[in-house]
Amino acid sequence: MNQTAFVPTEKIRKLQEKEARRMKLKRRKPNRSRAGDFLIYFMLAVVAFLMAFPLVFSVSSALKPLDELFRFPPRLLPLNPTFDNFSDLMVTLGASWVPFSRYLMNTVVLTMVGTAGHLLLASMAAFVLAKYDFPLGKTFFNIVVVALMFSGYVTAIPNYIIQSRLHLIDTFWAVLLPSFAAPIGLFLMKQFMEGIPMSLIESAKLDGAKEFRIFWQIVMPNVKPAWLTLIIFSVQNLWNARASTVIYSDAKKPLVYALQQIQAGGIARMGQAAAVTVVVMIVPIVTFILSQSRILETMATSGLKD
Amino acid sequence: MVGFAHKYYAIKRRSAAVAWDKAKRMRVCYLFLLPYAVLFFTFFILPMITSIFYSFTYYNILEAPRFIGFTNYINLILQDDVFLIAVKNTLLIAVITGPIGYMLSFGFAWFINELPRWLRTLAVVIFYAPSIAGNAYYIFGIIFRGDIYGYLNAFLTQLGIINAPILWLLDPAYMMPVIIIVILWMSMGTGFLSFVAGLQGVDRALYEAGYVDGIRNRWQELYYITLPSMKPMLMFGAVMSITQAFGVADVTMALAGYPSTDYAARTIVTHLFDYGYTRFEMGYASAIATLLFLAMIFCNKAIQSGLRRLGT
Repeated sequence: MNQTAFVPTEKIRKLQEKEARRMKLKRRKPNRSRAGDFLIYFMLAVVAFLMAFPLVFSVSSALKPLDELFRFPPRLLPLNPTFDNFSDLMVTLGASWVPFSRYLMNTVVLTMVGTAGHLLLASMAAFVLAKYDFPLGKTFFNIVVVALMFSGYVTAIPNYIIQSRLHLIDTFWAVLLPSFAAPIGLFLMKQFMEGIPMSLIESAKLDGAKEFRIFWQIVMPNVKPAWLTLIIFSVQNLWNARASTVIYSDAKKPLVYALQQIQAGGIARMGQAAAVTVVVMIVPIVTFILSQSRILETMATSGLKD
Repeated sequence: MVGFAHKYYAIKRRSAAVAWDKAKRMRVCYLFLLPYAVLFFTFFILPMITSIFYSFTYYNILEAPRFIGFTNYINLILQDDVFLIAVKNTLLIAVITGPIGYMLSFGFAWFINELPRWLRTLAVVIFYAPSIAGNAYYIFGIIFRGDIYGYLNAFLTQLGIINAPILWLLDPAYMMPVIIIVILWMSMGTGFLSFVAGLQGVDRALYEAGYVDGIRNRWQELYYITLPSMKPMLMFGAVMSITQAFGVADVTMALAGYPSTDYAARTIVTHLFDYGYTRFEMGYASAIATLLFLAMIFCNKAIQSGLRRLGT
């Protein structure tokens, strides 16, 4: 009797387990087929490999000694990884007519001043555009949105004419002033600031705070993700700025320009060129990795409403 | 009729007076806006206006600009064969990399959104990295090198598909495809980030409601729920991809050379560079810039009106 009673309970238990597993799967996400999930994972893996391949290849080339760079057939990973290319690069930079430290200083100054100015000016403008309704405010913002499209090369020629009229050519200001007014920063900051409750600002006003104090002590501490995003975008932008068309004096050129001159040195500098690629790309990528959660938080408000 | 016009102007005047009053009361707002606005107008709006102005002149920086009417435009369209090549190339790049890059950005953002959190972070970094990696596209110069040491040539030779190296970056037949591949590789930019973040923000309750209402697979979910909720991000992404698609110059100059063989990789922006910085014909360059501005604004308007109809 006992034996026969045991078998059905076991079966029921198994059935219950199966049902529970099915429910669990179902509860995870509705409208998702397993085959589809598998396909997506598979495709993402393949594409991620293709996307990462050139970057991995850049790094591995930089670590290859010269003879391996010209090996046939080429290998993805170096046989004898070495930092020779980087030390060669330092030697070349050390021997240049303008000292390496000067280039580095130029880039540091440009990046720091440009970012600080951009952050301050763009946040001030974004604050009033997001939180106050005043004549021409909306129009101004719409123009900024259109100007999002006109970045970089497209305005290069007319900008050159204007800057030469203002006698800015061959000074740091030729890089700094346009970067202060980069539309993307104002845009992201304004969209993020819209999320700050108006009641916060009104209560501060009731306590007798003036606009600048509200801006500095109430609003700015509350938009930290947007801050960070603006800083990262601005640093990426200025770090990559070669400024070759507006700065002529070698002593005023940024580091990336100097590095790319070495890169253009042809076959003989193949190894150093690979090292340059790595040096140039590492800064923007690392800053992004360190701050990606804050940047995504900011980008969540980046939508353009009608 | 006169009475009507009179009334109309009276209303206009009155609303202008109201706005003026309001502006006076809110003058602190203008104070906040002023520093940014001055720089913005000088370096983003004024260039547009000056390029329209100079496009009607002959201007070589040394002499004062001389008014020549529509001559620049007429020459551009009727006589400048290279410009027509540039337009053709730019349109080809824009039409392929613009929409495809845009859709890929959204598609991958959508797929990535299905991943568990830690994998998602990794995937976002991998997909976004090429667009910010400075001049990492330089590495494609080695992959597509014309001699046997180039990666692709070596690979194809090993497989026995080709028996002589192909000049990928010098042969006009291969130049454009190579450049389009590189641009697509770099196309997961700011728009992509906006999509990833936007997908995270779509209200979960909508999906559950949709399930109850009979949505049965992810495609229906995408069409009826995700896309309509993502409209603002899609608009932003469109603006960003127009910027990218029309501004192509860096990649072509670095890979295919400047000038490229038979101008096969010349784009509108490289043409602009040629006349602006090499020949110093600023009037002519301004005419090119003006046409480019117009094309961008037109595209933006077209895309926006298309997106507005989405999901309705």
